[in-house]
Amino acid sequence: MTSDEPWHVPIIRALKDNDVRLVVHVPDNVLRPLIEATAADDFFTSFAATREEEAVGIICGAAMAGLRGIVLMQTSGFATLANVLASLAVAAQIPALLMVSERGTLGDFQVAQAVTARATRPVLQSLGIEHHTLTRLDEAHFITSRAIVQAYKTQAPAALILSPLLTRNLPGRPSTGGMP
Amino acid sequence: MQGRPSNLKLMNRFDLTCRLVSRLTHDEAVIGGIGNSNFDLWNAGPRPQNFYMLGSMGLAVPIGLGVALAQPERRVFALEGDGSMLMQLGVLTTIANRVPKNLAIVVWDNAMCQITGSQPTASAGLADFVAIAHGAGLENSAWAADEPEFERLVEHALAQDGPWFIAAKIDGTAPKGQTPREPVIIKDRFTRAMAVKPGGPVF
Repeated sequence: MTSDEPWHVPIIRALKDNDVRLVVHVPDNVLRPLIEATAADDFFTSFAATREEEAVGIICGAAMAGLRGIVLMQTSGFATLANVLASLAVAAQIPALLMVSERGTLGDFQVAQAVTARATRPVLQSLGIEHHTLTRLDEAHFITSRAIVQAYKTQAPAALILSPLLTRNLPGRPSTGGMP
Repeated sequence: MQGRPSNLKLMNRFDLTCRLVSRLTHDEAVIGGIGNSNFDLWNAGPRPQNFYMLGSMGLAVPIGLGVALAQPERRVFALEGDGSMLMQLGVLTTIANRVPKNLAIVVWDNAMCQITGSQPTASAGLADFVAIAHGAGLENSAWAADEPEFERLVEHALAQDGPWFIAAKIDGTAPKGQTPREPVIIKDRFTRAMAVKPGGPVF
């Protein structure tokens, strides 16, 4: 790891280290470097779904058939998922991997995003879904990789929340290569 | 403007499901959508290669796409009711762009949400599933006018490159029984079945 690599690089490495080859995303400007990097890399099958529920269905089917996948979305997209997580991934014990870019906090101007940002962790908590927040470049690989390992070993969904602390450049911290 | 063909026979979901399952000789995967679609799949005879989706209304087709992407050598059928399909029409556009050759979608259209009290769906009105599928970009989309045509379309889906979209007008007969509510057992059995290579040359 180098201190000036962009934030998505350790995440890409963690996905590769754990053979997560399927990336299904619903667009988000913060996730853009991660989406573009997976699309440009033959290791991954990376494409957009029309909505987050659809993406969760796709990766759950893939997981049951031996292909590891992850859904990339923003907080507002996560807010659409409670039923399918409860009745599919949690009920059937499917290791659905979710990566949520955290909008609506630390200076976001969208009030709708702010409400769904506050709801994200309580929803995960009440569904009993393991979740971690990535705030630091030097922890991004460790947390992502370990969360994937545990999801598959325990056959349970898991969520990784990408804080603006990771995805935005902060003075005095190692450059994250994120959005200005 | 073109409407639904006028020659569509009202068929029976259990009978058509049996006709489909009896043609599966290469460990094809079948995803049964919520409610009557997976109940009649269960009633047609339990198979470990069947995933009986007990919740997550609308996701049988996305799950089928995921299985098809994971195992391009295995044929995959996703069975959905009209109410469920209407909930997740966007996935048809995703499938049209991914072009999974091994995926077939079957829509049982009785123009109602039968299990919740037979409330009419949009297909009781003007909505035409095959026109929708064509519009999404799924070229191989057809109504099965009667049982022999349904069997013919299934044979095509088993032998030729897809993706396929088959819609059938069905009656309001209730399923004979219900799938046991055992999601973890269903998933475990299905996952183990998917870990075994399809039994013989499919293509």
